[in-house]
Amino acid sequence: MILHELLSYDTLRVIWWVLLGVLLIGVALADGFDMGVAALLPFVGKTDEERRIAINTIGPVWEGNQVWLILGGGAIFAAWPPLYAVSFSGFYLAMFLVLAALILRPVGFKYRNKRPDAAWRSRWDWALFIGGGVPALIFGVAVGNALQGVPFGLTDTLVPVYEGNAILKLLGLLNPFALLAGVVSAAMLVTHGAAWLSFKAEGKVAGRARSIGSVSGLVAVAAFVLAGLWLAYGIPAYHYAAEVPANGPSNPLWLPMERGGSWLEAYAVRPWIVVAPVMGILGIALASLILRKGGGGWALLASKLGIFGVISTVGLTMFPFILPSSVQPGASLTVWNASSSHQTLFIMLVCTVIFLPIVLAYTAWVYRVLWGKVGAEELRSNPNAY
Amino acid sequence: MELDIADLSRLQFAATAMYHFLFVPLTLGLSILVATMETVYVMTRRPVWRQMTKFWGTLFGINFVLGVSTGLTMEFQFGMNWSYYSHYVGDIFGAPLAIEGLMAFFLEASFVGLWFFGWEKLSPRAHMIVGWCVAIGSNFSALWILIANGWMQNPVGAVFNPDTMRMELSSFYDVLFNPVAQAKFVHTVSAGYVTASLFVIGVSAWYLLRGHHIELARRSIAVASAFGLASCLSVILLGDESGYEATLNQRMKLATMEAMWETEKAPAAFTLFGIPDTEARETHYAVQIPGLMGLIGTRSLTREIPGIFDLVGQAEARIRSGLIAWEALQVIRAERANAPAEVRATFEAHGADLGYAMLLLRYVEDPTKATDDQIQKAAWDTVPNVGPMFWTFRFMVGAAFVMLGMLVFAFWRTSFRGGSYPRWFLRLAVVAIPLPWLAAETGWFVAEYGRQPWTVDGLLPTAMSVSRLSALDLALTLAGFVTLYTVLLVIEMRLMLAAIRKGPVLDVALTEDWRVAHEARLASPNAQPAE
Repeated sequence: MILHELLSYDTLRVIWWVLLGVLLIGVALADGFDMGVAALLPFVGKTDEERRIAINTIGPVWEGNQVWLILGGGAIFAAWPPLYAVSFSGFYLAMFLVLAALILRPVGFKYRNKRPDAAWRSRWDWALFIGGGVPALIFGVAVGNALQGVPFGLTDTLVPVYEGNAILKLLGLLNPFALLAGVVSAAMLVTHGAAWLSFKAEGKVAGRARSIGSVSGLVAVAAFVLAGLWLAYGIPAYHYAAEVPANGPSNPLWLPMERGGSWLEAYAVRPWIVVAPVMGILGIALASLILRKGGGGWALLASKLGIFGVISTVGLTMFPFILPSSVQPGASLTVWNASSSHQTLFIMLVCTVIFLPIVLAYTAWVYRVLWGKVGAEELRSNPNAY
Repeated sequence: MELDIADLSRLQFAATAMYHFLFVPLTLGLSILVATMETVYVMTRRPVWRQMTKFWGTLFGINFVLGVSTGLTMEFQFGMNWSYYSHYVGDIFGAPLAIEGLMAFFLEASFVGLWFFGWEKLSPRAHMIVGWCVAIGSNFSALWILIANGWMQNPVGAVFNPDTMRMELSSFYDVLFNPVAQAKFVHTVSAGYVTASLFVIGVSAWYLLRGHHIELARRSIAVASAFGLASCLSVILLGDESGYEATLNQRMKLATMEAMWETEKAPAAFTLFGIPDTEARETHYAVQIPGLMGLIGTRSLTREIPGIFDLVGQAEARIRSGLIAWEALQVIRAERANAPAEVRATFEAHGADLGYAMLLLRYVEDPTKATDDQIQKAAWDTVPNVGPMFWTFRFMVGAAFVMLGMLVFAFWRTSFRGGSYPRWFLRLAVVAIPLPWLAAETGWFVAEYGRQPWTVDGLLPTAMSVSRLSALDLALTLAGFVTLYTVLLVIEMRLMLAAIRKGPVLDVALTEDWRVAHEARLASPNAQPAE
């Protein structure tokens, strides 16, 4: 196959870096409100009926939304194999916690209403709360660690190695800056979930979601600004110590890299990227404001813009770095050294260009069929509700 | 220490994969059976078919969700526990996993929620199409996963790149149309169809024995026995064996399944019974059927099937060739772009055997310093443990023939005896419900245990593939997964049994009322947008 020569290797790498962002944003936008709703469940629903209303706003769609997460895993594997290898094993126990939470979540949705007794349902409410809350928090913690660098190394033959034992590694991930980043992502996704409930649920559930969302939105904005300042003035950045040939082989040890300088330098080199944090702050603040005023659909739209801004901020600030190493900066993973081969990137791009629009089309159709608010009436009239 | 981690990682993969595959085969087959029943309903508008659709659909849903949950682990644990593997072959192996999500799982998951929630919101025809999308999505999922798995058994379309120290894609076409992957796909989904058919027959038989839901049960057996019979023939006739000539390791797998130590004159005999002795390297008390093995294994009377001793000899030759590649690779790594052209040429000539040199890493740090004795040992490491291979394979095949017999009988009674089934058969059908699962799990055991000592046949030894984690890391997650999965499995089985005991929710008359009301609703001008 020579078709892949149509696009140069460096172009494909940048396209796949953008698509990595699109996927992460897709996870946060689609699966994010499911997580937010699940995390909000004990607070927006005081009675069983209210909790069922909250659950049934996402009941028919969470399965499809979750595929963004699965596709995210698969696409990182296919397009950024070293990133997949190093991050999933480097964040080992944290990944396990996320997985355990994510395993509980589908079962919670499906099995909760299979039996009427309160103890049974209360246990599944806990499962759903954990299933939504833990991943929402840990995703942010992971990003917070990526910004500081992760303690992994690569041997001469590119075998990933890690420092410390199991428990110390997990505790090391839970450092103050990473926890602050965790607050950003948890508060952001809770706000997103609240906006969804405000848009989709009826009555008290929507009301409670609005009051929580208007506060959590402000928390998210404050934490994001604080984390930004901390990052700018307290956390050293990474950079290449040599001229980078963008078409070089995907071998992290090929060129020297070192730690130093400030992540703010990215804003000096490419001033336009300031759009991203501004959009993040404005979007979430606006969502919070609209929720306070009692809005629904517009709050959801604003929170989507906010999430788009926040996640883009991380990517654009770090470019070309994706996962720096704190203990062996020369093994850091970047856009130029951690991708798949030229041909694989091209084939995967072709598949994405063909199938992603189809996916978006039928997803839109599904949402259209399910259009409308979910309330007590719907639960009574639809025998298939969760 | 190194070995412990490899063992723990393998155990974890085996446990999570086998749990996952408790749910997958039923999803594969039941999705098609339910969509078929709904199609009959839409074509005939006879209420009993809608009742059947909803009933089996409920059981499908209880099972489906755990398939999804346990599938998450499958997607993530390559990176978690097998990070060197992920780096080494991600360029090829990652693509089918990603395409699976994009092309198949999105389809399946986006529509499954609508299928359950959409009964009141969609016209019967649109709802049926949604059901088919779920079925097609799950089966396409299996295709991509088995393309990935088939590549591990027969790694075509890839070359080692010394600059990136990993395998890279050379032909996507070869990966897609890998004959081993195609054979595995047909074999595996057919096994899923058989599983679902025997499940439906077993549950229906239980109803018939108790005299409940007769209409539903008899029709369900009729559909399932026809579908199951066709699928069971496909499992057996288009068995996995067609892929067993592809590589040295696949041939080794075949030889160990048959405990065939020496190469026999074609056509080789089939060992019906025997006690393989790995230590003594022979099979005691062998009872053989002359000629049969050659027929099954090669579909010919004249082609020889190599025995274990011959294959070990070939492996030894490849280790020695791999050592030449290993030496060249060290030069290329040190000199990078300045490496002499003749060294690169040497590497290209012997690069295909590089993985065989890596087998020596178990015995020496520097493979080039390996003694003849160590090379011998490494060559014998390419032989999976013969006893378990021999027995699990026989169990699987035996189970397949029992199931074939049951399906033939059910189909005959359905078609030519007016759907009357003797009580002994109904009891057997209930008792035999676990059989297809046991056959599927032993089948995976043969395929994956038989792939040892490789993760990717001939390219990457299992012991090298793992993440360099601590034993505590692995012990914690292994305990965590097994506990979580076992709790969920118990809950799932109880919910299944409760749903089966409860039977179909609506009786046939109510279903008919619903249909009339639903059609009126759809016909009225302010109806929900449906199609």
